[in-house]
Formats: sequence, structure tokens, C-alpha cells
Amino acid sequence: MTDLKRPFIADAPQSAAACAHCGAALAPAQGRFCCTGCEAAYGLVRGLGLDAFYRRRESADGALRPEAAPPAFDALPLIREDADGVKSLDLMISGLTCGACVWLVEQALAAEPDVIKARVSFSTRRLELRWQGAAERGNELIVLLSCLGFRVAPYTPACMRATEDAEGRALIRALGIAAFGAMNVMLVSIAVWVGEDMGAHTREFMHWLAALIGLPTVLVAGMPFYRSAAAALRAGRVNMDMAVSLGVLATAGMSLVETFRNGPYTWFDGATALLALLLAGRVFDRTARKKARQAVAEVLALQDGMVALIAVDGTTRLVPAASVEAGQCVQIAVGEALRLDGRARTETLLDTAAITGESLPRDFVAGAALPAGAVNMGAPFMLEVTAPARDGSLAAMARLLEAAEQSKGRFVSIADHAARHYVPIAHAIAAATFLLWWVGFDALWQEALVNAVCVLLITCPCGLAIAVPAVQVVANGALFKRGVLVASATALERLAEADCAVLDKTGTLTEGRPVLIPEGQDPQILHAAAGMARASRHPLAKALLRACPEAPLVPDTREIPGQGLEAGTARLGSPAFCDLAGLSDGMVLVYRASADAAPVIFRFADRLRADAPQAVADLKALGLPVELLSGDGPGAVASAAIASGIEAWRAEADPRAKAAHIENLKEAGRKPLMVGDGINDAAALAAAHVAASPAGATDLAQTTADIVLQREGLAMLPEAIRIARRAQILARQNIGFALAYNVIAVPAAIAGLVNPLIAALVMASSSLIVIGNALRAGRA
Amino acid sequence: MEALILLVPVSLLLGALGLIGFLWALRSRQYDDLEGAAARILFDDQPGKDPPP
Repeated sequence: MTDLKRPFIADAPQSAAACAHCGAALAPAQGRFCCTGCEAAYGLVRGLGLDAFYRRRESADGALRPEAAPPAFDALPLIREDADGVKSLDLMISGLTCGACVWLVEQALAAEPDVIKARVSFSTRRLELRWQGAAERGNELIVLLSCLGFRVAPYTPACMRATEDAEGRALIRALGIAAFGAMNVMLVSIAVWVGEDMGAHTREFMHWLAALIGLPTVLVAGMPFYRSAAAALRAGRVNMDMAVSLGVLATAGMSLVETFRNGPYTWFDGATALLALLLAGRVFDRTARKKARQAVAEVLALQDGMVALIAVDGTTRLVPAASVEAGQCVQIAVGEALRLDGRARTETLLDTAAITGESLPRDFVAGAALPAGAVNMGAPFMLEVTAPARDGSLAAMARLLEAAEQSKGRFVSIADHAARHYVPIAHAIAAATFLLWWVGFDALWQEALVNAVCVLLITCPCGLAIAVPAVQVVANGALFKRGVLVASATALERLAEADCAVLDKTGTLTEGRPVLIPEGQDPQILHAAAGMARASRHPLAKALLRACPEAPLVPDTREIPGQGLEAGTARLGSPAFCDLAGLSDGMVLVYRASADAAPVIFRFADRLRADAPQAVADLKALGLPVELLSGDGPGAVASAAIASGIEAWRAEADPRAKAAHIENLKEAGRKPLMVGDGINDAAALAAAHVAASPAGATDLAQTTADIVLQREGLAMLPEAIRIARRAQILARQNIGFALAYNVIAVPAAIAGLVNPLIAALVMASSSLIVIGNALRAGRA
Repeated sequence: MEALILLVPVSLLLGALGLIGFLWALRSRQYDDLEGAAARILFDDQPGKDPPP
């Protein structure tokens, strides 16, 4: 802002072909903005004097393009009012890519005179808004955010659950206490270790000081481990936390005895440092997975249902879908997904791709049962709800999933597997050491105990406990950077084990949305038609606009619901609307410049993803035979299979058949990777050994999947498998390494050659080597 | 030896102050949005708006 006289336009960041606001690639014919929305947003940002945003942001990938008609929701019911008239509202804000976005949102809102507080949490995507004045201002502020290109949704309890992380905070708290304790005990302990000329009284004072700090630290900061160990014990299982708990508590107990005896050394320093190290590993592990969970929650919140309920007096208002009861009526707009099961009094045209996998929209006669999850492709209609959300078909599907999910919970991770054998052996060796010295060598029981505790301390699986989580943290981070979210803790291990892949067609192998088939249409006519299409939210109109995004809105365009668009004499819509007989409805739009002009036909199809053949080839190269399993008709499935290079395919598979197919594969000893996006895939996803869902999948599929691909396309799937396999190899190496350390150190400890200081050093060095090895997991 | 009588409680007190500060920061949710805080500190606030009455 040094030179205010520079003209407005020249000041915009001028990269060769990127939109000045959202950064999307521009067609050669376009000026500086990809659409009018971006132009308006750029003007708005400039007008507020916030254009520093464009210099500060780190990424511009087109995510910030304002939608032509943002899906508005009524925030009024969500607004809370304080006693002094201050209104507050919590929102979930999507589209934040870097710190500059946080700054832009906060400053743009703060520039409004009545806004008292606008604070965005970058990691939870939560916007807290407080303002003075009318509640209606809330909706205006939401519109302001939409104009800037950010998408806004109510901050629902589901968001809250996903982002509220009491357990994570408890871990950080424990880490802080352990680090404090370890550092202060170390201060005292070093004095004892080096101060050999120290008098007995001074040493006793030092021991008591160490106990005073060390004991509470061990008791408080170790709670996460003790709880987990106790839970495992109650369930009759063995886990690493048991070895950790016993090692730490035995060391602390021994040290306390030595304090009372005023022995030469205590080992509170080792116990507290060990806790701090292990807790740091846990905190990192959790932070990495929390990011993935929050990204999923963000997607879910945007899809979360508000429906237009029609009240008895005929007025409509937006309410959460969960609150609608059977018998009530909701208005379904064009392009809107049905949130509830119901019936319509009129004929409807619905896209049921998400439920059945059919790629063409289907006509439903009046009174037919309409499934939740379908998308309205025809005229707006009134849906008579037949079942509330909790009893509807979506809820039934969710219950089916829960049952299938439980079988997945039985998966034993490699770390637990190691613990199962390791922990009993380690404890048995420690006990044997004590008996050997006490009974066998007739040593003092204290001396025998010191040696036994040394064994416990060395076998305390610090390296082992860090071996697997460290690899997972690094691998999850590497995948996150590539747009792959890992939602479950054992997903990587299961992904590495997968030995065959089952793919869904619609929305997975294909883009799952209509794309214009180029048939040599006149570019000028396409331009004019796309300009009219800009006025509509109909999926086909949107597809037409995507084919020619630079077309400006044709003035005076009027939408005739369920039929088409009209601007003067020009018409764009269904064949019937444009008086063209002999062409069935479906994925077709017709354009006529005037009543007597020749009609131009635009056909649409669900196109194969550009990288699908390559991804299939990569999967095969990784040793995963690929199958195609779809609910669509044989013709469409066969052509998609041939185009993408898949030999084995099956069409007209309903959700039950899909899940059964996965079960059959599992019974045959295979470990199938299922990739799907629809509600019809959810049961199969849950049943599969490991499940992935592509970008734009339905919420049900995303919550069921272990792995969510955030970027368009399937290219990252083979990449994810490669990273997972590499992580698995590294995890095994790490476990092997930690065990090898023990094999050398334990005999030395049994022989009484190791004092606790050496034991602690050995332990720490093994942890460092294991962590260093884990860092290699990030490189694919 | 006499120095220890003074220095040990002082060092413990200072350490405890730090710990209490950490626990307070955690409780007041300052650890909830580390990325956002890291980004926000780099940017200026926009001047020119009167504080609300």
C-alpha cells in the first residue's frame, strides 16, 4: 500500500493465468477473474483495505471461488442473546487454507461497525461471532463471508464432538507435568551423580527433594498409562502400557526405598524422563490424527442437513433435518439432496446415484417411495416425510454399519501383537532375576531387587512403545500433505496388508457428476447457453457452465422450475420445453436461440476420472487385482471397466450384494480394499479389510472409510498404499531393533553389570535411533 | 550448605510458577489453536475502528 495512486487493476497479483481472487487457472479468453463472484470478492477485499491478504496467503488453488448462489441457511434459530443485548453465533467456516485466510475473515468482520468479536480457530474451523444489534445481522454477516468465497455452516454438536478433545488436553497436561518434574529432578540427581564427596546428610536431603518432586510427577503424569493398563487388565488383555506402568512404578518404588535407606542413588530422574518422552510421542501421534478427524468433520458439517419445513400456515423455515417428524412436509429445491424418506404428490425426477449407483436420473411416479440421499433433478416439489431421520433408511444403513464396524475393531495392530508376546516374557525375566540373586546367589534382597528393577527398566519398552507410533505419525503426516486423511489408528497397517481392490463405478472410477460431451457444438452457442445456465442451480445447468465458465450471465434469464430457462426468445431446458419431440429426458439439455431457430442438443455423461486407468494400472503393479462392482446397468459398467483396464466387473449389485461380495472375498482369505463413495457402498466399505472413499463422497461413506482422499482423482490411492507398506516395513524394523537392544542389554542387567544410569542411557539412545528410522517413512 | 536452604526453595518456587502458568494456559484453551495463533501474530490489526461502547 505504498503507492495509492496506482490503478486498482494493476495492483492485483498478476500471475500469467490465475484468477486474482481465488487463484484458479484462467482460460485465455478470461481477463483477470475466473467468474463474476471472484471479481466482486476482489472488489470487496480491496474496499475493506484488506488486499494485503493476496500477498500473504500461501496457497491459491481455486478453493476460494464464491458460489453464484451460496446455499443460504437461516442462522436466526442458532443465535444466542446475552442479557445486555449482545448476540453471539458459532459457525463452522470452510475454505481456510492458511493464516492469511484467518486474518482476512477476522478483519473483514471486525470492519463491520457493530461487530464486537470475530475470532477464528484455524485448527477447529470454528468462528465465534459477537455483535451488538439486531439478530438479523447474523445472516448478513454470513452473506459477507460467502461473498469472500468462504463456505459457512452451523457449528453443530457433531462438529463439537469431533473437535472437542478432552483426552488430548489431558495428554498435553500430563506431558507438561512430566517435563517439569523430569527437569527439576534431573537438577537434583545430577548433583548426586557427580557429587561423590557429598556428605551423607546433604545426600539424604537431595534424595528427599527428588522424591518430593518425582513421586507426585510419576503418579499424576503417568495416569494415561495406568488407566490404559488397568483397562487392558480388566479386559484380560496385555498391552505395552502395562510394561510401561510397571517399569515406571517399580523404579519409583525402588527409589523411595533407597531414599528411606539413604542409599547411594535414586532413580526418580529416569522414571520421570521416561514418562515425558513417551507422553511426547503420544501427543504427536494424537495431533496428527486429530487433523484428519477435523477435516472429515468439516466436510460433514457442510453436508449436514437443514431442510425447508413447510409449516401449517404455508410458510417455510429452515430447520435441522433431525427435528422433522413423519407426516410433516418439506420443500425440496432443484439440485437439493433429500435428507429424509418420503413421498411426493407429483411426478419427480431424481438422481439416485448415491443410493443405487445408477448413473442416469430416474422418474418416480406420484406417491412412490422416495429414498433419502437422492438428488432432485427435476422441478422443486413438496416431500411428505414418511419417517423421521432416526428411523429412516439412512439410519437403518448406519445401524448396519455399526455391526460391520465392530468386526473391524478386532484387528490386532502390530504393536499390540508385539506386546502380547513381549510383556509376559519381560516380566518373567525380571522376576527370575530377583529370585536368582536372592535365592541363588544369596544376595541381600535389596541388591536382588536393584538388579530386577534394572531388567524392568531396560525391558520397559520405550523404544518398542515409540517404534510404531513414531512411524505412524510420520506416515500420516506425509499422507496428509498429499491430501489423504487417515481416520483410524490401524488403517495404515490394514492398507499395507490389502491384497485385492474392489472399486465402485459411479463417483469413484467416474467423476460422479454430469460432464458435457463435446460434440462439436458452436462455441458461440455454448457461450450463450452457458450464460443462461448461470442463473440455475440445476445439476445439468451447472455442468454446462463448467464447460464454459467464463460466460457472463445473460440478463433477464428466468427459470421455469422443472422445465428450463428462458431469456427473451432463447430457451434452454428439457427437450419437451424446447418443443423437441423424440428425445427422452435424462442427461440432455436443448438450446434454442428463438422459437424457429434450429435446436442444439447438449448431452451429458458421467465421465471417467482422467487418472483412473493409471490408478488401476498402479494398483495392479502393486499386486492388487482390481474388480469393479457397481449398481449401475451392465452397459455402463462394462464400458467403464474396459476404459479403465479392469477385467473383472459386475453390474446391478445392490448394497447387500456388494457387502456379500466383500464377505466372500474375506472368507476366501483375501484382504479386500474397498473404494466407494455412495450410500450404497457404505455396508461394503464397513465390511472390507480396509476402506477408502474419494473426494466428494457422501457423508456416510466418508465416516465409514478408513482413508479419505481429499483431492480429486484416484492417483493418491496407489501412493497411499506405497507409503503404508513402507511404514509397515519401518515399523517392523523398529520393533526388531528395539528387541535386539534388549537381547544384548538384558543379559548384562541380569548379570548385575548395568546400573540404572546406564540402563536409562541405553533406553534413551534406542528411542532416538527408532525415531530417526521412523522419519524415513515420510519419503515415499 | 546454607545457600541450598535458600536456593532450593527459590528454584522450586520458580519452577512451580512456570508449571502453574502452563496449566492455566491449557485450561484457558490457549493450546487449542496453535496454528491459528502462530499465523495471527504475523499480521497487523486494521486500525480505524472505534472500540465498541
